[in-house]
Amino acid sequence: MELSSLATVADVRAALRDGATAVDVCTEFLGRIAARDGDLRAFNHTAAEPALARAAALDRRGPDAPDLPLLGVPIAVKDNICTRGLPTTASSRILAGYVPPYDATVVERLTAAGAVVVGKTNCDEFAMGSTTEHSVTGPTRNPWDPACVPGGSSGGSAAAVAARLAPVALGSDTGGSIRQPAAFCGIVGLKPTYGRVSRYGLLAFASSLDQIGPFGLTVADAAALLQAIAGPDPRDATSAASAVPAFDAAAAEPVRRPTIGVPWAILENGVDAGVASAFEAAVEALRGMGATVVDVPLPHAEYAVPAYYIVAPAEASSNLARYDGVRYAYRAPLDEKDATLGGMYDRTRHDGFGDEVKRRIMLGTYALSAGYYDAYYLKAQQVRTLIRGDYDAAFEKVDAVAVPTTPTTAFRLGERADDPLQLYVGDVFTASANLTGLPAVSVPCGRDDAGLPVGLQLTGRAFDEVTLIGIGAAYEEQAPWWREPPAAGAGIPGGEAPASRDGAAP
Amino acid sequence: MSNPLTRADVDRIARLAHLELTEREAEQFTRQLGDILAYFERLNRIDTAGVAATTHPVTSAPVMRDDEPRPSLPVDDAFGNAPDRGGERLFRVPKVIG
Repeated sequence: MELSSLATVADVRAALRDGATAVDVCTEFLGRIAARDGDLRAFNHTAAEPALARAAALDRRGPDAPDLPLLGVPIAVKDNICTRGLPTTASSRILAGYVPPYDATVVERLTAAGAVVVGKTNCDEFAMGSTTEHSVTGPTRNPWDPACVPGGSSGGSAAAVAARLAPVALGSDTGGSIRQPAAFCGIVGLKPTYGRVSRYGLLAFASSLDQIGPFGLTVADAAALLQAIAGPDPRDATSAASAVPAFDAAAAEPVRRPTIGVPWAILENGVDAGVASAFEAAVEALRGMGATVVDVPLPHAEYAVPAYYIVAPAEASSNLARYDGVRYAYRAPLDEKDATLGGMYDRTRHDGFGDEVKRRIMLGTYALSAGYYDAYYLKAQQVRTLIRGDYDAAFEKVDAVAVPTTPTTAFRLGERADDPLQLYVGDVFTASANLTGLPAVSVPCGRDDAGLPVGLQLTGRAFDEVTLIGIGAAYEEQAPWWREPPAAGAGIPGGEAPASRDGAAP
Repeated sequence: MSNPLTRADVDRIARLAHLELTEREAEQFTRQLGDILAYFERLNRIDTAGVAATTHPVTSAPVMRDDEPRPSLPVDDAFGNAPDRGGERLFRVPKVIG
């Protein structure tokens, strides 16, 4: 196999079997990043030297060393996941120059599985956003149309995989931050069940919602990555003791005759025509492969967004209190003579955080402040219980619930920058999985009239990613949208000339 | 609908959050957060009387380990990212007591 045509984990494994070295593979992907990422801006930092050193060490293991599931597979890691010795900034000024003294558990496990970290990807600051525009390094562009956002918050990871700059990537998902950019970039993104994957080393945003998960071009690649990172971790008390099933095997056993629930009532309003028609075609394809499709009511689903935007900022306002100018990276310059401790906190946080993070800290602080707790935080937690009840009732008769991942396809850079509420409402189909803890996957399911990708989201029972992977693999077999790479712009072979790189919205 | 949030609320929350705000930010947040809080009003359509709160999506017994000493982060690593070490093993901050 030509190195220049490598795309998936399976391709990398095949190339290594055919005699390519891990250094060859790593060099190929680093070359793509060097050539194209100046325009795409998927990466905050690339790690060429440590990646090549790591690949060379893998090559030195010799032919008799035990096989590793991700041997020599380059991986991009979202910049809110700690990597020892590599900058980890969460795309925030307040962490500019922060170099973690330890690896996140997921990074340790990927390394043990043979993967090679090639860089840290751009995201919305502290994973707060759905466009990757709220980043101190500037926005990432969508490989399908460089005038559009890649989604977010894990937009850099999604764009990197879609543009074939890395076969797989890690993201984090608090309200849709893996699945929404996967949908906008036409790739697979999976949010595992809360507790399936250790959060140790993930910069905390909302601790009862955050979960790390994989991006891949195919369901099998996402499953292979999940296999490597899943399982209990003594360093994360919320990681679940549940046994880890064979996700990689599940991808090879398509589930062609599942019962799928579709909550048609909540799809009646607010879904763009292009998304609706791609979704309806996907439902037909599911029927065509043997699935039974039934209507399921999710009467509280419409309250997911307001509940989410209370719970997530409340938890964030507490988690982000640690960024105070004392322990990590940035401290605002102060006039020594007049400086006070409180003034140092206030100024450091003012200078170090961007607008969206400030908005959410303010919102969360308000929701938790005296006199408002019951009306907001407690109420939102009760709504979580009702939403989970809706899903539990649905799962008595269906194996998975299907909706479009997002109500729209990717929109233009800058288009929604001044209207936070409009962006929040875009999380309508993704936030429920975080509020309930349930696993959900977004699989590419078509294009709108502008040629932008649409995602099909499947939500499953707690700790039943296996069924989602099986159904996703069966659907992908019918509709292999991933095989068509983005053609427009962003320097992808066959595409048009890349757009300007001034970082401003066109 | 009138803004449920006043400028005084915003100033108070910013103090609680240890967040200095510029005049422009305070004005903007008063409007934007007011819009968002008004949007939250729809939650009052749901009767949640007697509904248990979900604090965490997965309820399992807390995982405890034996209380035995074990190696922790080396001191130099723990201080390695501090903006002002003021010495070998100190976080130096502005004067707290006048």
